Amino acid sequence: MLVSSGLPVVEATSFVSPKWVPQLADAKDVMEAIQNVEGARFPVLTPNLKGFEAAIAAGATEVAIFASASESFSKSNINCSIEDSLTRYRDVVSAARELSIPVRGYISCVVGCPVEGMVPPSKVAYVAKQLSDMGCYEISLGDTIGVGTPGTVIPMLEAALDVVPIDKLAVHFHDTYGQALSNILASLQMGINTVDSSVSGLGGCPYAKGASGNVATEDVVYLLNGLGVKTNVDLGKLMLAGDFICKHLGRQSNSKTAIALSKKTANASKL
Amino acid sequence: MPKFVKIVEVGPRDGLQNEKNTVPTSIKVELIRRLVSSGLPVVEATSFVSPKWVPQLADAKDVMEAVHNVEGARLPVLTPNMKGFQAAIAAGAKEVAVFASASESFSKSNINCTIEESLARYRAVTSAAKELSIPVRGYVSCVVGCPVEGEIPPSKVAYVAKELYEMGCFEISLADTIGVGTPGSVVPMLEAVTAVVPAENLAVHFHDTYGQSLPNILVSLQMGISTVDSSVAGLGGCPYAKGASGNVASEDVVYMLHGLGVKTNVDLQKLLLAGDFISKHLGRQSGSKTAIALSRVVDASNI
Repeated sequence: MLVSSGLPVVEATSFVSPKWVPQLADAKDVMEAIQNVEGARFPVLTPNLKGFEAAIAAGATEVAIFASASESFSKSNINCSIEDSLTRYRDVVSAARELSIPVRGYISCVVGCPVEGMVPPSKVAYVAKQLSDMGCYEISLGDTIGVGTPGTVIPMLEAALDVVPIDKLAVHFHDTYGQALSNILASLQMGINTVDSSVSGLGGCPYAKGASGNVATEDVVYLLNGLGVKTNVDLGKLMLAGDFICKHLGRQSNSKTAIALSKKTANASKL
Repeated sequence: MPKFVKIVEVGPRDGLQNEKNTVPTSIKVELIRRLVSSGLPVVEATSFVSPKWVPQLADAKDVMEAVHNVEGARLPVLTPNMKGFQAAIAAGAKEVAVFASASESFSKSNINCTIEESLARYRAVTSAAKELSIPVRGYVSCVVGCPVEGEIPPSKVAYVAKELYEMGCFEISLADTIGVGTPGSVVPMLEAVTAVVPAENLAVHFHDTYGQSLPNILVSLQMGISTVDSSVAGLGGCPYAKGASGNVASEDVVYMLHGLGVKTNVDLQKLLLAGDFISKHLGRQSGSKTAIALSRVVDASNI
Protein backbone atom coordinates (compact mmCIF):
# COMPACT_ATOMS: atom_id res chain seq x y z
CA MET A 1 0.00 0.00 0.00
CA LEU A 2 2.90 2.34 0.77
CA VAL A 3 4.48 1.65 -2.60
CA SER A 4 1.23 2.25 -4.43
CA SER A 5 0.90 5.68 -2.76
CA GLY A 6 3.94 6.76 -4.78
CA LEU A 7 6.62 6.75 -2.06
CA PRO A 8 9.94 6.38 -3.92
CA VAL A 9 11.74 4.52 -1.11
CA VAL A 10 10.24 2.20 1.50
CA GLU A 11 12.60 0.74 4.08
CA ALA A 12 11.30 -2.78 4.18
CA THR A 13 12.88 -4.52 7.15
CA SER A 14 16.07 -5.08 9.13
CA PHE A 15 18.56 -7.95 9.25
CA VAL A 16 19.59 -7.12 12.80
CA SER A 17 19.56 -10.20 15.05
CA PRO A 18 16.05 -11.20 16.20
CA LYS A 19 17.57 -11.32 19.68
CA TRP A 20 17.64 -7.51 19.63
CA VAL A 21 14.68 -6.79 17.34
CA PRO A 22 12.20 -9.66 17.61
CA GLN A 23 9.50 -7.63 15.81
CA LEU A 24 11.47 -8.02 12.58
CA ALA A 25 12.57 -11.65 13.01
CA ASP A 26 10.72 -12.45 9.77
CA ALA A 27 13.00 -10.22 7.71
CA LYS A 28 13.82 -13.02 5.26
CA ASP A 29 10.15 -13.88 4.69
CA VAL A 30 9.18 -10.23 4.18
CA MET A 31 11.95 -9.71 1.64
CA GLU A 32 11.03 -12.83 -0.27
CA ALA A 33 7.38 -11.77 -0.40
CA ILE A 34 8.05 -8.33 -1.82
CA GLN A 35 10.73 -9.39 -4.31
CA ASN A 36 8.64 -8.46 -7.28
CA VAL A 37 6.86 -5.37 -6.01
CA GLU A 38 7.65 -2.58 -8.42
CA GLY A 39 7.62 1.17 -8.10
CA ALA A 40 9.89 1.80 -5.13
CA ARG A 41 13.31 0.92 -3.76
CA PHE A 42 13.42 -1.35 -0.70
CA PRO A 43 16.53 -0.80 1.40
CA VAL A 44 17.03 -2.96 4.49
CA LEU A 45 19.13 -2.43 7.58
CA THR A 46 22.26 -4.59 7.88
CA PRO A 47 24.35 -4.31 11.05
CA ASN A 48 27.36 -6.28 9.78
CA LEU A 49 28.63 -8.61 7.07
CA LYS A 50 26.54 -11.53 8.31
CA GLY A 51 23.35 -9.46 8.15
CA PHE A 52 24.42 -8.15 4.74
CA GLU A 53 24.86 -11.67 3.37
CA ALA A 54 21.48 -12.75 4.74
CA ALA A 55 19.89 -9.66 3.16
CA ILE A 56 21.41 -10.38 -0.25
CA ALA A 57 20.40 -14.05 -0.03
CA ALA A 58 16.82 -12.90 0.66
CA GLY A 59 16.83 -10.68 -2.43
CA ALA A 60 17.69 -7.22 -1.07
CA THR A 61 18.95 -4.77 -3.70
CA GLU A 62 19.89 -1.96 -1.32
CA VAL A 63 21.12 -1.83 2.29
CA ALA A 64 21.61 0.63 5.13
CA ILE A 65 24.09 0.78 8.02
CA PHE A 66 23.96 2.84 11.19
CA ALA A 67 26.61 4.64 13.19
CA SER A 68 26.29 7.19 15.97
CA ALA A 69 27.65 10.67 16.54
CA SER A 70 27.70 9.84 20.24
CA GLU A 71 30.25 7.39 21.65
CA SER A 72 28.02 6.53 24.63
CA PHE A 73 25.02 5.84 22.45
CA SER A 74 27.11 3.73 20.06
CA LYS A 75 28.23 1.56 22.95
CA SER A 76 24.81 1.21 24.51
CA ASN A 77 22.90 0.76 21.25
CA ILE A 78 25.20 -1.42 19.13
CA ASN A 79 27.75 -2.51 21.72
CA CYS A 80 30.86 -1.05 20.15
CA SER A 81 32.69 2.23 19.74
CA ILE A 82 32.07 4.55 16.78
CA GLU A 83 35.43 3.57 15.24
CA ASP A 84 34.72 -0.14 15.62
CA SER A 85 31.34 0.33 13.97
CA LEU A 86 32.92 2.23 11.06
CA THR A 87 35.44 -0.58 10.58
CA ARG A 88 32.61 -3.11 10.52
CA TYR A 89 30.78 -1.00 7.95
CA ARG A 90 33.78 -0.66 5.66
CA ASP A 91 33.54 -4.44 5.22
CA VAL A 92 29.85 -4.21 4.39
CA VAL A 93 30.40 -1.35 1.96
CA SER A 94 33.23 -3.26 0.23
CA ALA A 95 31.11 -6.33 -0.16
CA ALA A 96 28.22 -4.20 -1.38
CA ARG A 97 30.39 -2.50 -3.97
CA GLU A 98 31.35 -5.89 -5.44
CA LEU A 99 27.66 -6.54 -6.04
CA SER A 100 26.77 -2.96 -7.07
CA ILE A 101 24.48 -2.70 -4.05
CA PRO A 102 23.91 0.91 -2.91
CA VAL A 103 24.51 1.58 0.80
CA ARG A 104 22.84 4.29 2.91
CA GLY A 105 24.51 5.42 6.12
CA TYR A 106 22.51 6.53 9.18
CA ILE A 107 23.94 8.69 11.92
CA SER A 108 22.06 8.72 15.20
CA CYS A 109 22.02 11.37 17.95
CA VAL A 110 22.95 14.20 15.60
CA VAL A 111 21.55 16.95 17.84
CA GLY A 112 21.42 15.24 21.22
CA CYS A 113 22.12 11.99 23.04
CA PRO A 114 20.12 10.43 25.88
CA VAL A 115 23.39 9.81 27.77
CA GLU A 116 25.75 12.59 26.73
CA GLY A 117 23.27 15.41 26.22
CA MET A 118 24.59 17.85 23.58
CA VAL A 119 26.55 16.43 20.65
CA PRO A 120 29.11 18.67 18.89
CA PRO A 121 28.34 19.33 15.19
CA SER A 122 31.99 18.50 14.43
CA LYS A 123 31.41 14.95 15.64
CA VAL A 124 28.45 14.57 13.28
CA ALA A 125 30.54 15.96 10.41
CA TYR A 126 33.34 13.50 11.20
CA VAL A 127 31.07 10.45 11.10
CA ALA A 128 29.23 11.75 8.01
CA LYS A 129 32.52 12.16 6.15
CA GLN A 130 33.68 8.68 7.14
CA LEU A 131 30.46 7.13 5.90
CA SER A 132 30.52 9.16 2.70
CA ASP A 133 34.21 8.45 2.00
CA MET A 134 33.79 4.73 2.52
CA GLY A 135 31.09 4.68 -0.18
CA CYS A 136 27.63 5.44 1.27
CA TYR A 137 25.58 7.20 -1.42
CA GLU A 138 23.40 8.96 1.16
CA ILE A 139 23.79 9.88 4.83
CA SER A 140 20.64 10.17 6.91
CA LEU A 141 21.09 12.46 9.93
CA GLY A 142 18.89 11.21 12.78
CA ASP A 143 17.62 13.21 15.75
CA THR A 144 17.10 9.98 17.65
CA ILE A 145 15.46 11.44 20.75
CA GLY A 146 13.69 14.33 19.02
CA VAL A 147 15.30 17.06 21.14
CA GLY A 148 16.46 19.23 18.23
CA THR A 149 15.10 22.62 17.21
CA PRO A 150 16.28 24.78 14.30
CA GLY A 151 18.66 26.32 16.85
CA THR A 152 20.67 23.08 17.00
CA VAL A 153 19.73 21.61 13.62
CA ILE A 154 21.12 24.49 11.57
CA PRO A 155 24.66 24.46 13.05
CA MET A 156 24.70 20.67 12.75
CA LEU A 157 23.71 20.82 9.06
CA GLU A 158 26.25 23.57 8.41
CA ALA A 159 28.99 21.35 9.81
CA ALA A 160 27.83 18.29 7.82
CA LEU A 161 27.52 20.34 4.60
CA ASP A 162 31.16 21.39 4.96
CA VAL A 163 32.26 17.81 4.36
CA VAL A 164 29.45 16.05 2.46
CA PRO A 165 27.63 17.40 -0.64
CA ILE A 166 24.05 18.46 0.03
CA ASP A 167 22.45 15.94 -2.35
CA LYS A 168 23.96 13.13 -0.31
CA LEU A 169 22.25 14.25 2.90
CA ALA A 170 18.85 13.31 4.33
CA VAL A 171 17.18 14.32 7.59
CA HIS A 172 15.45 11.92 9.98
CA PHE A 173 13.72 13.81 12.76
CA HIS A 174 11.80 12.30 15.63
CA ASP A 175 8.75 14.20 16.81
CA THR A 176 9.17 13.43 20.51
CA TYR A 177 8.96 17.14 21.42
CA GLY A 178 6.73 18.11 18.49
CA GLN A 179 9.68 19.78 16.73
CA ALA A 180 10.05 17.60 13.63
CA LEU A 181 8.17 19.69 11.07
CA SER A 182 9.87 22.95 11.96
CA ASN A 183 13.22 21.10 11.84
CA ILE A 184 12.30 19.75 8.42
CA LEU A 185 11.35 23.26 7.26
CA ALA A 186 14.69 24.67 8.43
CA SER A 187 16.46 21.79 6.64
CA LEU A 188 14.59 22.45 3.39
CA GLN A 189 15.50 26.13 3.68
CA MET A 190 19.13 24.97 3.76
CA GLY A 191 18.69 22.91 0.60
CA ILE A 192 18.14 19.40 2.01
CA ASN A 193 15.76 17.49 -0.25
CA THR A 194 15.47 14.02 1.28
CA VAL A 195 13.32 13.50 4.34
CA ASP A 196 12.69 10.32 6.34
CA SER A 197 9.27 9.79 7.90
CA SER A 198 6.98 7.02 9.08
CA VAL A 199 3.39 6.41 8.02
CA SER A 200 1.00 7.29 10.86
CA GLY A 201 4.01 8.24 12.95
CA LEU A 202 4.64 4.55 13.67
CA GLY A 203 7.35 3.86 16.22
CA GLY A 204 7.49 5.28 19.70
CA CYS A 205 10.53 6.67 21.44
CA PRO A 206 12.61 3.89 22.94
CA TYR A 207 14.05 6.30 25.54
CA ALA A 208 10.90 7.95 26.85
CA LYS A 209 8.15 5.36 27.18
CA GLY A 210 4.87 6.57 25.78
CA ALA A 211 6.45 9.50 24.01
CA SER A 212 6.28 9.67 20.24
CA GLY A 213 9.05 8.85 17.81
CA ASN A 214 9.14 9.16 14.05
CA VAL A 215 7.50 12.11 12.36
CA ALA A 216 4.30 11.11 10.53
CA THR A 217 4.63 10.85 6.76
CA GLU A 218 1.14 12.25 6.21
CA ASP A 219 2.04 15.43 8.14
CA VAL A 220 5.28 15.79 6.16
CA VAL A 221 3.50 15.33 2.83
CA TYR A 222 0.83 17.87 3.87
CA LEU A 223 3.56 20.42 4.63
CA LEU A 224 5.43 19.75 1.38
CA ASN A 225 2.23 19.91 -0.69
CA GLY A 226 1.38 23.22 0.96
CA LEU A 227 4.85 24.53 0.10
CA GLY A 228 4.35 23.57 -3.54
CA VAL A 229 7.11 20.95 -3.28
CA LYS A 230 6.56 17.78 -5.33
CA THR A 231 6.87 14.34 -3.69
CA ASN A 232 5.17 11.91 -6.10
CA VAL A 233 3.03 10.83 -3.14
CA ASP A 234 -0.76 10.60 -3.31
CA LEU A 235 -1.85 11.71 0.17
CA GLY A 236 -5.21 9.93 -0.09
CA LYS A 237 -3.54 6.58 -0.83
CA LEU A 238 -0.95 7.19 1.87
CA MET A 239 -3.75 7.75 4.37
CA LEU A 240 -5.29 4.43 3.38
CA ALA A 241 -1.99 2.72 4.18
CA GLY A 242 -1.87 4.49 7.53
CA ASP A 243 -5.45 3.56 8.28
CA PHE A 244 -4.70 -0.08 7.44
CA ILE A 245 -1.81 -0.42 9.85
CA CYS A 246 -3.49 1.54 12.64
CA LYS A 247 -6.57 -0.66 12.46
CA HIS A 248 -4.30 -3.65 12.74
CA LEU A 249 -2.39 -2.21 15.68
CA GLY A 250 -5.68 -1.23 17.27
CA ARG A 251 -4.69 2.37 17.94
CA GLN A 252 -5.24 5.84 16.67
CA SER A 253 -2.89 7.30 14.09
CA ASN A 254 -0.09 9.54 15.33
CA SER A 255 -0.58 11.73 12.28
CA LYS A 256 -2.60 14.88 12.97
CA THR A 257 -3.21 15.29 9.24
CA ALA A 258 -4.65 11.78 9.02
CA ILE A 259 -6.92 12.39 12.03
CA ALA A 260 -8.08 15.77 10.74
CA LEU A 261 -8.81 14.52 7.24
CA SER A 262 -10.63 11.44 8.47
CA LYS A 263 -12.89 13.60 10.63
CA LYS A 264 -13.44 16.38 8.15
CA THR A 265 -15.88 14.70 5.83
CA ALA A 266 -17.90 13.50 8.79
CA ASN A 267 -18.54 16.95 10.20
CA ALA A 268 -17.90 19.60 7.57
CA SER A 269 -21.60 19.85 6.93
CA LYS A 270 -22.38 20.61 10.56
CA LEU A 271 -21.22 24.16 11.05
CA MET B 1 14.50 36.18 14.25
CA PRO B 2 13.21 38.35 17.11
CA LYS B 3 15.17 38.32 20.38
CA PHE B 4 12.02 38.19 22.47
CA VAL B 5 8.64 36.69 21.68
CA LYS B 6 5.56 37.60 23.67
CA ILE B 7 3.42 34.53 24.21
CA VAL B 8 -0.29 35.15 24.58
CA GLU B 9 -1.66 32.20 26.52
CA VAL B 10 -5.23 31.44 25.40
CA GLY B 11 -5.76 28.16 27.27
CA PRO B 12 -8.26 29.46 29.84
CA ARG B 13 -10.37 30.98 27.03
CA ASP B 14 -9.85 29.46 23.56
CA GLY B 15 -8.74 26.23 25.19
CA LEU B 16 -11.47 25.69 27.73
CA GLN B 17 -14.23 27.02 25.47
CA ASN B 18 -13.52 24.18 23.07
CA GLU B 19 -13.28 21.42 25.66
CA LYS B 20 -16.27 19.13 25.99
CA ASN B 21 -16.38 19.25 29.77
CA THR B 22 -17.01 22.45 31.68
CA VAL B 23 -14.40 23.17 34.34
CA PRO B 24 -15.39 24.60 37.76
CA THR B 25 -14.56 28.25 38.47
CA SER B 26 -12.04 27.40 41.16
CA ILE B 27 -10.04 25.24 38.75
CA LYS B 28 -10.07 27.96 36.10
CA VAL B 29 -8.84 30.49 38.64
CA GLU B 30 -6.08 28.18 39.86
CA LEU B 31 -5.04 27.49 36.26
CA ILE B 32 -4.81 31.21 35.55
CA ARG B 33 -2.72 31.76 38.68
CA ARG B 34 -0.30 29.00 37.74
CA LEU B 35 -0.01 30.27 34.18
CA VAL B 36 0.75 33.77 35.41
CA SER B 37 3.38 32.48 37.81
CA SER B 38 5.16 30.64 34.97
CA GLY B 39 6.04 34.05 33.54
CA LEU B 40 3.58 34.26 30.66
CA PRO B 41 3.13 37.99 29.98
CA VAL B 42 -0.49 37.72 28.76
CA VAL B 43 -3.13 35.18 29.80
CA GLU B 44 -6.54 35.41 28.15
CA ALA B 45 -8.75 34.80 31.15
CA THR B 46 -12.27 34.25 29.86
CA SER B 47 -14.96 35.38 27.45
CA PHE B 48 -18.07 37.50 27.89
CA VAL B 49 -19.81 35.85 24.96
CA SER B 50 -23.34 34.73 25.86
CA PRO B 51 -23.42 31.47 27.85
CA LYS B 52 -26.02 30.34 25.34
CA TRP B 53 -23.16 29.95 22.84
CA VAL B 54 -20.28 29.16 25.16
CA PRO B 55 -21.65 27.46 28.29
CA GLN B 56 -18.13 26.40 29.32
CA LEU B 57 -17.36 30.04 30.17
CA ALA B 58 -20.70 31.03 31.70
CA ASP B 59 -18.81 31.88 34.91
CA ALA B 60 -16.85 34.68 33.22
CA LYS B 61 -17.91 37.24 35.82
CA ASP B 62 -16.87 35.02 38.73
CA VAL B 63 -13.53 34.18 37.14
CA MET B 64 -12.75 37.85 36.45
CA GLU B 65 -13.71 38.90 39.93
CA ALA B 66 -11.37 36.25 41.33
CA VAL B 67 -8.37 37.10 39.12
CA HIS B 68 -8.55 40.76 38.19
CA ASN B 69 -5.99 41.68 40.84
CA VAL B 70 -3.54 38.89 40.04
CA GLU B 71 -0.26 40.57 39.24
CA GLY B 72 2.41 39.72 36.76
CA ALA B 73 0.44 39.34 33.56
CA ARG B 74 -2.19 41.11 31.54
CA LEU B 75 -5.56 39.35 31.56
CA PRO B 76 -7.60 40.22 28.45
CA VAL B 77 -11.12 38.87 27.93
CA LEU B 78 -13.21 38.37 24.82
CA THR B 79 -16.14 40.77 24.34
CA PRO B 80 -18.47 40.21 21.38
CA ASN B 81 -20.36 43.52 21.65
CA MET B 82 -21.12 46.51 23.89
CA LYS B 83 -23.14 44.45 26.33
CA GLY B 84 -20.29 41.98 26.79
CA PHE B 85 -17.84 44.86 27.04
CA GLN B 86 -19.82 46.51 29.80
CA ALA B 87 -20.15 43.25 31.71
CA ALA B 88 -16.39 42.71 31.38
CA ILE B 89 -15.56 46.18 32.72
CA ALA B 90 -18.02 45.76 35.57
CA ALA B 91 -16.28 42.50 36.49
CA GLY B 92 -12.88 44.22 36.60
CA ALA B 93 -11.41 43.54 33.15
CA LYS B 94 -8.63 45.91 32.10
CA GLU B 95 -8.18 44.69 28.54
CA VAL B 96 -10.55 43.20 25.97
CA ALA B 97 -10.51 41.43 22.62
CA VAL B 98 -12.91 41.45 19.67
CA PHE B 99 -13.06 38.92 16.83
CA ALA B 100 -13.86 39.36 13.16
CA SER B 101 -13.42 36.95 10.28
CA ALA B 102 -11.67 37.11 6.94
CA SER B 103 -14.41 34.85 5.61
CA GLU B 104 -17.95 36.14 5.06
CA SER B 105 -19.44 32.65 5.39
CA PHE B 106 -17.64 31.93 8.63
CA SER B 107 -18.63 35.32 10.04
CA LYS B 108 -22.27 34.53 9.36
CA SER B 109 -22.14 31.02 10.74
CA ASN B 110 -19.94 31.82 13.74
CA ILE B 111 -21.22 35.20 14.96
CA ASN B 112 -24.43 35.54 12.94
CA CYS B 113 -23.57 38.70 11.08
CA THR B 114 -21.56 39.91 8.09
CA ILE B 115 -17.95 41.07 8.38
CA GLU B 116 -19.05 44.70 7.94
CA GLU B 117 -21.73 44.40 10.61
CA SER B 118 -19.21 42.89 13.02
CA LEU B 119 -16.75 45.72 12.33
CA ALA B 120 -19.48 48.29 13.01
CA ARG B 121 -20.22 46.53 16.29
CA TYR B 122 -16.55 46.60 17.23
CA ARG B 123 -16.16 50.28 16.42
CA ALA B 124 -18.66 50.88 19.20
CA VAL B 125 -16.64 48.69 21.55
CA THR B 126 -13.29 50.29 20.69
CA SER B 127 -14.81 53.76 21.14
CA ALA B 128 -16.13 52.87 24.56
CA ALA B 129 -12.81 51.21 25.40
CA LYS B 130 -10.84 54.27 24.36
CA GLU B 131 -12.89 56.42 26.77
CA LEU B 132 -11.75 54.16 29.60
CA SER B 133 -8.19 53.68 28.29
CA ILE B 134 -8.86 49.97 27.92
CA PRO B 135 -6.64 48.34 25.26
CA VAL B 136 -8.43 46.26 22.62
CA ARG B 137 -6.98 43.33 20.70
CA GLY B 138 -8.55 42.31 17.41
CA TYR B 139 -8.72 38.71 16.20
CA VAL B 140 -9.14 37.80 12.54
CA SER B 141 -10.28 34.20 12.02
CA CYS B 142 -9.88 31.93 8.96
CA VAL B 143 -6.81 33.78 7.73
CA VAL B 144 -5.53 30.90 5.59
CA GLY B 145 -8.66 28.82 5.09
CA CYS B 146 -12.35 28.57 5.94
CA PRO B 147 -14.37 25.43 6.63
CA VAL B 148 -17.07 26.71 4.26
CA GLU B 149 -15.28 28.79 1.62
CA GLY B 150 -11.97 26.95 1.42
CA GLU B 151 -9.14 29.30 0.39
CA ILE B 152 -9.19 32.87 1.66
CA PRO B 153 -7.54 35.65 -0.39
CA PRO B 154 -4.74 37.40 1.52
CA SER B 155 -6.23 40.73 0.44
CA LYS B 156 -9.35 39.96 2.47
CA VAL B 157 -7.28 39.30 5.58
CA ALA B 158 -5.35 42.53 5.02
CA TYR B 159 -8.63 44.44 4.66
CA VAL B 160 -10.07 43.19 7.94
CA ALA B 161 -6.74 43.58 9.79
CA LYS B 162 -6.46 47.17 8.59
CA GLU B 163 -10.02 48.00 9.66
CA LEU B 164 -9.40 46.60 13.13
CA TYR B 165 -6.09 48.41 13.44
CA GLU B 166 -7.51 51.73 12.29
CA MET B 167 -10.47 51.55 14.65
CA GLY B 168 -8.00 51.36 17.51
CA CYS B 169 -6.96 47.74 18.15
CA PHE B 170 -3.39 47.79 19.47
CA GLU B 171 -2.71 44.27 18.21
CA ILE B 172 -4.26 42.05 15.52
CA SER B 173 -4.06 38.31 16.04
CA LEU B 174 -4.21 36.38 12.77
CA ALA B 175 -5.85 33.02 13.36
CA ASP B 176 -5.67 29.86 11.29
CA THR B 177 -8.95 28.67 12.77
CA ILE B 178 -9.02 25.23 11.21
CA GLY B 179 -5.27 24.65 11.14
CA VAL B 180 -5.03 24.10 7.38
CA GLY B 181 -2.22 26.57 6.77
CA THR B 182 1.36 25.77 5.82
CA PRO B 183 4.18 28.24 5.16
CA GLY B 184 2.97 28.13 1.53
CA SER B 185 -0.24 29.95 2.47
CA VAL B 186 0.95 31.70 5.63
CA VAL B 187 3.77 33.64 3.97
CA PRO B 188 1.63 35.33 1.27
CA MET B 189 -1.02 36.11 3.90
CA LEU B 190 1.56 37.76 6.18
CA GLU B 191 3.04 39.67 3.25
CA ALA B 192 -0.38 41.13 2.47
CA VAL B 193 -1.10 42.05 6.08
CA THR B 194 2.31 43.51 6.94
CA ALA B 195 1.84 45.85 3.97
CA VAL B 196 -1.01 47.54 5.89
CA VAL B 197 -0.36 46.83 9.59
CA PRO B 198 3.12 47.03 11.18
CA ALA B 199 4.59 43.63 12.14
CA GLU B 200 4.99 44.72 15.76
CA ASN B 201 1.21 45.10 15.97
CA LEU B 202 0.59 41.59 14.67
CA ALA B 203 0.31 38.22 16.37
CA VAL B 204 -0.12 34.73 14.93
CA HIS B 205 -2.61 32.19 16.29
CA PHE B 206 -2.14 28.82 14.63
CA HIS B 207 -4.20 25.71 15.25
CA ASP B 208 -2.33 22.43 15.12
CA THR B 209 -5.13 20.41 13.53
CA TYR B 210 -2.80 19.19 10.75
CA GLY B 211 0.36 19.35 12.85
CA GLN B 212 1.54 22.47 10.97
CA SER B 213 1.69 25.11 13.71
CA LEU B 214 5.34 25.06 14.57
CA PRO B 215 6.63 25.46 11.00
CA ASN B 216 3.99 28.19 10.54
CA ILE B 217 5.25 29.93 13.68
CA LEU B 218 8.85 29.57 12.48
CA VAL B 219 8.17 31.33 9.17
CA SER B 220 6.16 33.99 10.98
CA LEU B 221 9.15 34.74 13.20
CA GLN B 222 11.35 34.84 10.09
CA MET B 223 8.98 37.51 8.75
CA GLY B 224 9.30 39.69 11.84
CA ILE B 225 6.27 38.62 13.87
CA SER B 226 7.10 38.52 17.58
CA THR B 227 3.81 37.68 19.31
CA VAL B 228 2.51 34.12 19.29
CA ASP B 229 -0.75 32.74 20.72
CA SER B 230 -0.75 29.25 22.20
CA SER B 231 -2.64 27.14 24.71
CA VAL B 232 -1.19 25.26 27.66
CA ALA B 233 -1.27 21.48 27.09
CA GLY B 234 -2.78 22.20 23.67
CA LEU B 235 -6.17 22.71 25.32
CA GLY B 236 -9.12 23.13 22.99
CA GLY B 237 -10.08 20.79 20.20
CA CYS B 238 -11.13 21.75 16.72
CA PRO B 239 -14.77 22.75 16.59
CA TYR B 240 -15.00 21.72 12.91
CA ALA B 241 -13.37 18.31 12.95
CA LYS B 242 -14.49 16.42 16.03
CA GLY B 243 -11.61 14.69 17.75
CA ALA B 244 -9.01 16.64 15.86
CA SER B 245 -6.70 18.94 17.76
CA GLY B 246 -6.93 22.71 17.95
CA ASN B 247 -4.61 25.20 19.57
CA VAL B 248 -0.86 24.70 19.41
CA ALA B 249 0.56 23.70 22.79
CA SER B 250 2.39 26.45 24.69
CA GLU B 251 4.98 24.01 25.99
CA ASP B 252 5.92 22.98 22.44
CA VAL B 253 6.15 26.62 21.36
CA VAL B 254 8.32 27.57 24.34
CA TYR B 255 10.57 24.54 23.70
CA MET B 256 11.14 25.67 20.13
CA LEU B 257 11.65 29.33 21.01
CA HIS B 258 14.15 28.56 23.74
CA GLY B 259 15.96 26.19 21.36
CA LEU B 260 16.18 29.09 18.89
CA GLY B 261 17.70 31.29 21.59
CA VAL B 262 14.59 33.49 21.70
CA LYS B 263 13.59 34.79 25.13
CA THR B 264 10.01 34.46 26.38
CA ASN B 265 10.18 35.14 30.14
CA VAL B 266 8.47 31.77 30.57
CA ASP B 267 9.79 29.12 32.97
CA LEU B 268 9.08 25.89 31.08
CA GLN B 269 9.06 23.79 34.23
CA LYS B 270 6.38 25.94 35.83
CA LEU B 271 4.40 25.92 32.61
CA LEU B 272 4.58 22.11 32.59
CA LEU B 273 3.13 22.10 36.11
CA ALA B 274 0.21 24.27 34.99
CA GLY B 275 -0.40 21.93 32.05
CA ASP B 276 -0.20 18.90 34.29
CA PHE B 277 -2.71 20.47 36.70
CA ILE B 278 -5.38 21.09 34.08
CA SER B 279 -4.79 17.81 32.23
CA LYS B 280 -5.24 15.86 35.45
CA HIS B 281 -8.44 17.75 36.11
CA LEU B 282 -9.78 17.10 32.64
CA GLY B 283 -8.77 13.47 33.00
CA ARG B 284 -6.86 13.33 29.76
CA GLN B 285 -3.35 13.26 28.45
CA SER B 286 -1.67 16.54 27.59
CA GLY B 287 -1.91 17.70 24.00
CA SER B 288 1.74 18.82 24.26
CA LYS B 289 4.42 16.44 22.99
CA THR B 290 7.06 18.36 24.93
CA ALA B 291 5.09 17.89 28.13
CA ILE B 292 4.70 14.16 27.50
CA ALA B 293 8.38 13.73 26.61
CA LEU B 294 9.65 15.67 29.62
CA SER B 295 7.38 13.85 32.02
CA ARG B 296 8.94 10.60 30.81
CA VAL B 297 12.59 11.62 30.57
CA VAL B 298 13.06 10.21 34.05
CA ASP B 299 13.23 6.79 32.31
CA ALA B 300 16.47 7.79 30.56
CA SER B 301 18.37 5.52 32.92
CA ASN B 302 16.75 2.42 31.39
CA ILE B 303 18.78 2.47 28.20
